[in-house]
Amino acid sequence: MEPVLAILIGVLVAVAVWLMLSRNFVRLLLGFAMLGNAVNLSIFVAGRLTRAAPPLIADGAVAFEGAYANPLPQALVLTAIVIGFGLLAFALVLAWQAHVRLGTVLTDEMRIAEPLPEKKEPAS
Amino acid sequence: MLSVVLAPFAASLLAPFLVARLGDRAALVLALVPAALFGWALANLGEAYPGRVEATPWVPGLSVPLSFNLDGLSSLFTLLITGIGTLVVLYAGGYLKGHARLGRFFVILFGFMGSMLGVVLSDNVITLFVFWELTSLTSYLLVGFEAQKPEARRSALQALLITGTGGLCLLAGLILLAEAGGSWELSDLALSRSWLQDSPLYVPALILILLGCFTKSAQWPFHSWLPGAMAAPTPVSAYLHSATMVKAGVYLLARLEPALAGSEIWLYSLLVIGAVTMLTGAVFALLETDLKLVLAWTTVSALGTLVFLLAPSDEPSVKAAMAFLLVHALYKGALFMTAGNIDHEAGTRDLTRLSGLARVMPLTFAAAAMASLSMAGLPIGLGWVAKELIGTAKLADDIGFTLTSATIANAMVFAVAGIAALSPYLGKRSEAAEHAHEAPWTMLAGPLVLGALGLVFGMLPQLAADALITPAAAAVLGQKPVLAIAIFKGVDWKFLLTLATFAAGAVIYLLWRRFGAAWRDASAPILARGPDRGYDRLLAGLASFATWLTRLMQPGVLHRYVGASFVVVALIVLASAFRGRFTLAMPSDGGLVVEWAVILLTGAAAIVTALATTRLLAVTALGVVGLGVTMIFMVFSAPDLAITQFMVETLVVVILALVLIRLPGFQLGTPQQRQGPAALLLAVAVGTGTALLLLGVLAEPFDTRLAEWFAAESVPGGQGRNVVNVILVDFRALDTLGEITVVAAAALGGLAAMMRVGRRRADAPPQSNLGEPR
Repeated sequence: MEPVLAILIGVLVAVAVWLMLSRNFVRLLLGFAMLGNAVNLSIFVAGRLTRAAPPLIADGAVAFEGAYANPLPQALVLTAIVIGFGLLAFALVLAWQAHVRLGTVLTDEMRIAEPLPEKKEPAS
Repeated sequence: MLSVVLAPFAASLLAPFLVARLGDRAALVLALVPAALFGWALANLGEAYPGRVEATPWVPGLSVPLSFNLDGLSSLFTLLITGIGTLVVLYAGGYLKGHARLGRFFVILFGFMGSMLGVVLSDNVITLFVFWELTSLTSYLLVGFEAQKPEARRSALQALLITGTGGLCLLAGLILLAEAGGSWELSDLALSRSWLQDSPLYVPALILILLGCFTKSAQWPFHSWLPGAMAAPTPVSAYLHSATMVKAGVYLLARLEPALAGSEIWLYSLLVIGAVTMLTGAVFALLETDLKLVLAWTTVSALGTLVFLLAPSDEPSVKAAMAFLLVHALYKGALFMTAGNIDHEAGTRDLTRLSGLARVMPLTFAAAAMASLSMAGLPIGLGWVAKELIGTAKLADDIGFTLTSATIANAMVFAVAGIAALSPYLGKRSEAAEHAHEAPWTMLAGPLVLGALGLVFGMLPQLAADALITPAAAAVLGQKPVLAIAIFKGVDWKFLLTLATFAAGAVIYLLWRRFGAAWRDASAPILARGPDRGYDRLLAGLASFATWLTRLMQPGVLHRYVGASFVVVALIVLASAFRGRFTLAMPSDGGLVVEWAVILLTGAAAIVTALATTRLLAVTALGVVGLGVTMIFMVFSAPDLAITQFMVETLVVVILALVLIRLPGFQLGTPQQRQGPAALLLAVAVGTGTALLLLGVLAEPFDTRLAEWFAAESVPGGQGRNVVNVILVDFRALDTLGEITVVAAAALGGLAAMMRVGRRRADAPPQSNLGEPR
């Protein structure tokens, strides 16, 4: 099923990029969450898929008998899911605060750090 | 020789302490350093042919040694640098007496002296380049020494930009030269002409090196920085901007003459640029009233003459070039110092306000007169000898253009010699001359010694020829020339031409006295459009280009940054995807129904998220995507991931809903939020690229070693049977600690932000969006 999942990941990435290109900060964050899912999934898929064989060693055994899912991508993705969540939650609070302070969720209008240049600046 | 180059740098470090202790008398002590070096150079004159190379390892990893070569050419320059340097240090002690930054001045001046010695002694091209750039930097600091004056800062920057740009060209040119010539040592390159000039790198190397030399030696159209550099204190003008640094370009041309000369491109670029510079400098000298600027323009003219003389690379021309180089350094150094004396003692250097100084400043006048004899080329000065040689060289070329332009320029220089030496001193005493008085001895020693040397060499020309000019010409030509010089060779048509030049010069001088002001008025509008204006335009253009580029790269608009980042991502993933092999082979077993169902559901939900026009739908669809991913983890044997993803997804939806309810709706149809086809194209490109890249990865054979290692070590090494958990809390425990820290930091940051919002709410409740339509 790996190639099918690869295509699904492509769809998720495309949607994520589309959302992140929006001028609306909320949609940007939705896209961000979507991108996190897509990336996690791609790490998982790149480590190859195994059906119905979780990486759990049976009681009493010291090693797997037969096939088992690759544990390493799972460990990596698990870390990534949690960190992605922390980042998203923080960004959402920022969006909220930005709206309270600036009265907008449109990124074009959030210009405190980089204000629009004066119309005519002396070149020197 | 390394110690010779380093000695001025050592003096540079000591200078502030000496000045702090001795005041301006420190100059007397400091002058001993160049004087000792001068003695060293004199003592080594005998070895000057065929040259002596010494090398000290410097950057062995890059095979760049500090290698130095003392031959006739470097001897001549070393004597000029140290000899004039001694006098300039003395002079500066008087000129800058009591100046608050005298210590700093000497630091830079000695730094320059060491760098300049490095330039003329270096044998390795990289070493040469490093010292070359150091002279540009020290020149920048000296021109801008009176940094409180805006025009000094402008001039300093202009000098640095022009010579610095040339320096970069030079570096590129030298590297090409070394590649083509097969050596990084100038002494080896001098022997490489036969194969060097057949190399395809020859022309680019030559052009780049010429750019470096022409900018440094103020050739047209890069000359505008040199008159500007007159903002520097006069000792600097006498030293850097007439006698030594501006001749670095001429030096390098002469040094590379054995390797590079002989081609048509060399001949004609030097000939034409040299002639244009020579004439430009001479004409402009006649249009100035500031004595220093008059001298600066004649320096430009002289540098043009030198470049011009190096063009044909035959024996008479090279000898003439070396002779003129020596003469010019002597008389121009002296004239600058006398100009400084006038400025210092009479308070102005405006020629229209100066006359009759001869009686109050007799010694200065004597020095100026001696130097002017040399400059004008009258029979008892060394200038006469040089002019004779130049005449021989020109005739040997037998090119009408060179003879004509040289004669015109000579006549004008003759007139300027009169302007510089006669007009401020003769005639009725002007108001400025009333309270002028003679300069102190430190400021007289320099001009008098240099002026007198010009006369001595003029009367005993064979002395200068044997000791200095012939060895230098030998180094340039790669063979030992014979130089026989007579003061008077009989009346031939060359002699008559010289007389005619003198007569023309005298006429120009008289015309200048009469009509000088009218010439200046008439030429002012034309001068306003010279290369100096071009420099301003170029700088302004550069600044607006930088502004434009910054606006383009830093628009301050988030979606443009995001867009630019994704464009790069798209290029990278597409490029990598097409480098690998990939197949679209479907699973051999066709896949389970539940797998297809979950995948299609997730994909559909993703597309719904993209198309959703309300926040509720978008968040719900996003949640479905998350749950779809959870199920994929579930189906493919990752229960730990499924549990985590499920919890996180639930929390995300809850938090999203909590935050979104306080924010306004999408309003996707409005012009501010509309997304165009470009965004769609970009999204599809990144998505396609990622999918292709992943397919390529999947087509590669899988390396299972890590998975097997973790599986084998889990129970014995980590005492756990859930291998994923063992990896997280044992094998990669530090990563997990980092992860926990990040989450904690995010929680604290979010909390702080929310408390801030809460405080703000309490102060002034903002408009609520709760009732806003979706």
